[in-house]
Amino acid sequence: MKYVIIGNGIASIGAIEGIRKVDAASEILVIGAEDSPAYGRPLISYLLAGKIGPDRLALRPAEFYEKSNVTLKLGTTVTAIDTEAKTVTTDAGETIGYENLLIATGGIPFTPPIPGADGPDVYNFTNLAHAQTLISKAREIKRAVVIGGGLIGLKAGESLFDRGVEVTILELSPRILSLAFDENAASLAGGRLAEVGLAVRCGVSAKEIQRDSAGNLKGVHLTDGDFLQTDVVVIAIGVVPNYGLAKESGLEVDRGIKVDDHMRASAPGVFAAGDVAQARDLLYGDDRVIPIWTNAYNQGFCAGKNMAGADVRFLGSLAMNSISFYGLPTISVGMVNPPEDDASYEVTAVLDEKKKSYRKLVFQDDHLVGYVLVGDIDMAGMYTAFVKFQMPIPEEARRQLVAGEPDVLMWPDDFFQETWNPGTPE
Amino acid sequence: MKRVYPDKEYCIGCHLCELACITAHSASKDLIIAYRDERAASGLSPCKRVFEKGDTCVAISCRHCDEPSCVAACISGGLHKDPETGRTVYDRDKCVGCWSCLMACPYGAIRRHPIENKIVKCDLCEGRAEGPACVQACPNAALKYEER
Ligand SMILES: Cc1cc2nc3c(=O)[nH]c(=O)nc-3n(C[C@H](O)[C@H](O)[C@H](O)COP(=O)(O)OP(=O)(O)OC[C@H]3O[C@@H](n4cnc5c(N)ncnc54)[C@H](O)[C@@H]3O)c2cc1C
Ligand code: SF4
Ligand code: SF4
Repeated sequence: MKYVIIGNGIASIGAIEGIRKVDAASEILVIGAEDSPAYGRPLISYLLAGKIGPDRLALRPAEFYEKSNVTLKLGTTVTAIDTEAKTVTTDAGETIGYENLLIATGGIPFTPPIPGADGPDVYNFTNLAHAQTLISKAREIKRAVVIGGGLIGLKAGESLFDRGVEVTILELSPRILSLAFDENAASLAGGRLAEVGLAVRCGVSAKEIQRDSAGNLKGVHLTDGDFLQTDVVVIAIGVVPNYGLAKESGLEVDRGIKVDDHMRASAPGVFAAGDVAQARDLLYGDDRVIPIWTNAYNQGFCAGKNMAGADVRFLGSLAMNSISFYGLPTISVGMVNPPEDDASYEVTAVLDEKKKSYRKLVFQDDHLVGYVLVGDIDMAGMYTAFVKFQMPIPEEARRQLVAGEPDVLMWPDDFFQETWNPGTPE
Repeated sequence: MKRVYPDKEYCIGCHLCELACITAHSASKDLIIAYRDERAASGLSPCKRVFEKGDTCVAISCRHCDEPSCVAACISGGLHKDPETGRTVYDRDKCVGCWSCLMACPYGAIRRHPIENKIVKCDLCEGRAEGPACVQACPNAALKYEER
């Protein structure tokens, strides 16, 4: 087989579209452990909340795979890769040869050891099956405790709450979304959740999950000595790269599968992309795992093109999150919490608690390297441009950015011209 | 493919392209009704943005990029590239209003719909026989719709 892709998430879709940019015909085989064609993983919270039906989950139209000449082997798990013989083996006992292989196995939920966690009514929330389980569970339960106040935990909590469940979210660090947010943004978002009636408790976590002698879930003992009665616990602390398969096959693995600037892993013809890969970061220049949607697509797309023989460098991942809390939108991009002792950074922040709006910009020397917007997010893309294209920002332009008025006329003239009004053919 | 190219040397910042845009995307196809009633009632808004700095102005909208950041960012399949026409196509029914595309598009080409959890983005006036209305309306030929 010319192209084999392990995993059927967004990185896989990116790879298919990347391959097809270069090679319109050769057959692609996608092996996916889940049963359904690629779906919007973030949509599982919309499904659990009852905001969308299952008919809206699919990422691409039904004819996509056929039109792209892709064979799908779903409900099938790859159990081994032989990088010498260039084959993969599946749990159905099949061995399949590849010329080019993409490992796009995503992440697996991170579950710290909590006494009492083994047993019924403790769940994760990272795939469609989890969402379906929680949907049926939500009908019969009154209370839920969600462990983890990051993106997935907040989404899980919000969705259960929308199903009529009383929810408490536990976050060990002093604020929610500690990676993507700073204190101001976290307090605006937390305030919105509290207004709606969702309990978020920061600075505490679960010490032990209490069960009765029959093993039924009773509640959660917290690190601050409190006890919360609950019917289910959702552990949603985050995901870790799902690299077991790659490691066992001898591929180089650090925090994720190590890839070079063409998304190539350490064996010939093997590539990796998405939540499982440790790839170049646009701003920091080093290799990191940044488990977000856009990166997964972009990495898959770049890998796909290179698998098909193109010579395309990966520009680098850029951390970005867009999350709304009951009508309060937030966006954060790039570096949002620069090291305090580094004088090359300058932070400007404008907070309006009444209007629930916040704008924080992080500059390093004469570049914008990150920003956070809460409430008024409409110009987000214009800020992203400065971060992504790493344009130098003269003093006057900087004042305009700080005032919340970024625009394309601030771009360097030749870059503006090239982007918006490139040479007319004579 | 043909795209709309704005020329800042010619743009006079009159916003007529915006008016043409909302008219073309209105239910009534009538400027007065679109502007006076439909904007308020249904949140009708233009796909264009006009920027001004001193004497310089420019009217921008979706570039229909070859490899669009918005498509990479869309979590719902609500944005895709049409392989035949090359357009970046928005499927309103699939969109869940997560604003990922608005954040990812470095060209500021995506707006939030003022009322619904949906986005507003240029569709090159799909289905309009005369082509993009903004180009037709520009009094100083600052917008060109052509193959480059
Ligand atoms: C609830 C939730 C909300 C989220 N919201 C956002 C958001 O708003 N914005 C954002 O940027 N990101 C969000 N994310 C993160 C985002 O979903 C991931 O970054 C993205 O899905 C990663 O894509 P991927 O293709 O690398 O991996 P995945 O989507 O994890 O797909 C990997 C696939 O590979 C399959 N697989 C694994 N091992 C094997 C094997 N051995 N054989 C065959 N198949 C295998 C898995 O079953 C899975 O289907 C969210 C995640 C969750 C869980
Ligand atoms: S919305 Fe932005 S990223 Fe998407 S095609 Fe248009 S200009 Fe490109
Ligand atoms: S707002 Fe709609 S179109 Fe934009 S990324 Fe979200 S789902 Fe896709």
